[in-house]
Amino acid sequence: MEILMIFAVGIIFSVGTYLLLTKSMLRVILGVMLIAHGAHLMFLTLAGLKTGSPPLLGEEASSYADPLPQALILTAIVIGFGMTAFMLVLAYRTYKLHGTDNLDELRGTDDE
Amino acid sequence: MSNLVVMPILIPMLIGVLLLLVKDKKQVQRIATLLTVLSMIILSGYLTYIVYIDGIQTIELGNWPAPFGIVLVADLLSSSLVFLSGILALVTLVFAWLTFSPERERNFFHPFFLFLLVGVNGSFMTGDLFNLFVFFEVMLISSFILISMGSKKYQLRESLKYVIINTISSMFFILGVAYMYGLTGTLNMADMAVRTSEMENTALLSVAAVVFLFVFGTKSAIFPLYYWLPHSYYAPPAAIAALFGGLLTKVGVYTIMRMYTLVFNHDPQILQILLIVGGLTMFIGVLGAVALYDFKRILAVHIVSQVGYMIMGIGIFTPLAIAGTYYFLVHNIIVKSALFLYAGIAERITGTTQLKQMSGLLKTHPYVGWLFFITALSLAGIPPLSGFFGKFALIISGFEAQHYFVVAVSILTGVLTLFSMMKIFMTSFFGEVKLPDPASAAVKVGGLAAATLPLVFLTVLLGVAAEPFMQFSMEIGEQLMNPSDYYIPSVLED
Repeated sequence: MEILMIFAVGIIFSVGTYLLLTKSMLRVILGVMLIAHGAHLMFLTLAGLKTGSPPLLGEEASSYADPLPQALILTAIVIGFGMTAFMLVLAYRTYKLHGTDNLDELRGTDDE
Repeated sequence: MSNLVVMPILIPMLIGVLLLLVKDKKQVQRIATLLTVLSMIILSGYLTYIVYIDGIQTIELGNWPAPFGIVLVADLLSSSLVFLSGILALVTLVFAWLTFSPERERNFFHPFFLFLLVGVNGSFMTGDLFNLFVFFEVMLISSFILISMGSKKYQLRESLKYVIINTISSMFFILGVAYMYGLTGTLNMADMAVRTSEMENTALLSVAAVVFLFVFGTKSAIFPLYYWLPHSYYAPPAAIAALFGGLLTKVGVYTIMRMYTLVFNHDPQILQILLIVGGLTMFIGVLGAVALYDFKRILAVHIVSQVGYMIMGIGIFTPLAIAGTYYFLVHNIIVKSALFLYAGIAERITGTTQLKQMSGLLKTHPYVGWLFFITALSLAGIPPLSGFFGKFALIISGFEAQHYFVVAVSILTGVLTLFSMMKIFMTSFFGEVKLPDPASAAVKVGGLAAATLPLVFLTVLLGVAAEPFMQFSMEIGEQLMNPSDYYIPSVLED
């Protein structure tokens, strides 16, 4: 199961990297989101998948699954959600003001 | 166990949240922010004193015992840096009041200024790796808002890049935390250090170390990850650029200092990487400064070159080198922000930051010129100012550890730094009066110059009173290089 997850994470990361390298602003943001999800899945996988019964429900089981990674990932997802919202707004304002979402046209500086 | 440790994080956070509610009351915002920053300075100064007398202070949040809950740790390094960030916040706050337009101030400048301080102080104090990530995010989102506030064309374009690059590096931060949690099963940095020192197979640990070097390197703008910095720091107004230039990259350097002395001290090859990267960072940064002819841009690329010195100090990895790194870090926080503020003053007078369009400011505004001169010499490392002693300690320790090549690069960089600072002084301050608008010779900037005085005073003080301060730095070097005697027991055995 872990091996499968690692492959899934690898695919998500490569698709995210591909999107990062495109020239459209929106695609770049989608790439960042995908990489974030990849990192979250990686966290879940590296902490070990399903090695015991659910924690906090009863005290009979011989071993319990680790609840900490899920709590951390939840925090990270919330933070990522806020960041994405901010990025989308910023990208929209930039698009409105510059009249383009092509990152190639947003290069360089006016004064150099 | 001391509740004092949490105060520099808690107070700005509470006041910041309350200030969100009173958006239009300018005086309330100003006074509340000023009082918060002052209380932060007093509390963290007192905290530094206690840590100096009684040793490292910790607090276990929610009373969860150490390796399981989140701990905040105030050792000499973190508490003194919190104190310094308070002083810097005070100066930039006053400068911001004098320069900002009312609209900018009304649009939540003060709350996000305070949230930025929450993030910075939290990153300095926390002893938990995931908590460090959370505080980094607090700091970043506030910096995103401060940098894009105003929505000018150039500003939006550059902040978009800043935001995306920093968000990507945050994602890799999560990845690094995942590696470390998978390897050690803990997030507490002290506990992690104990477990990594017992580890037999350290190959995976080196992988995590490199991931973290990428993350912190992006935040602190080391070679080859510095490309976002010169443009982004050019965009915001001087007060915000000074705060960013002084603090944000230094938080990255602080985390490198903390993690690589505490957790990733297993592999000498990583120190080699740090040395090479440090040398390249300082040299390429200063080359940019030599080539450019824009006041703010020169300062922005100088940040990169100065970070290189600190990375070099961490790479040398002796108590003296760490002490020198700390001294240089403190010096740089003070001087870099002061220089950004002078760039702001020059822009206020002439309306431009192009060096070739202004000349003779020394005749029209002599006090600004001479204050800039002192700070510039300090940045270049001329004795008896503070820059000299930091570089001196770094170079001596480099010789002792026989890293001759990187020391030679650092000396060459020092010369080029002096050259580029004098280029600013000679073209824009010295010489005949030649301003884009003749009326601008009469612009009054006395208040602005007075606001920067504390920073100039500190750089002179750090140079003149180098002896006691160097001893303080040596103590920090000792603490950081021997975590099993200082940091680890104070966190785990309370």
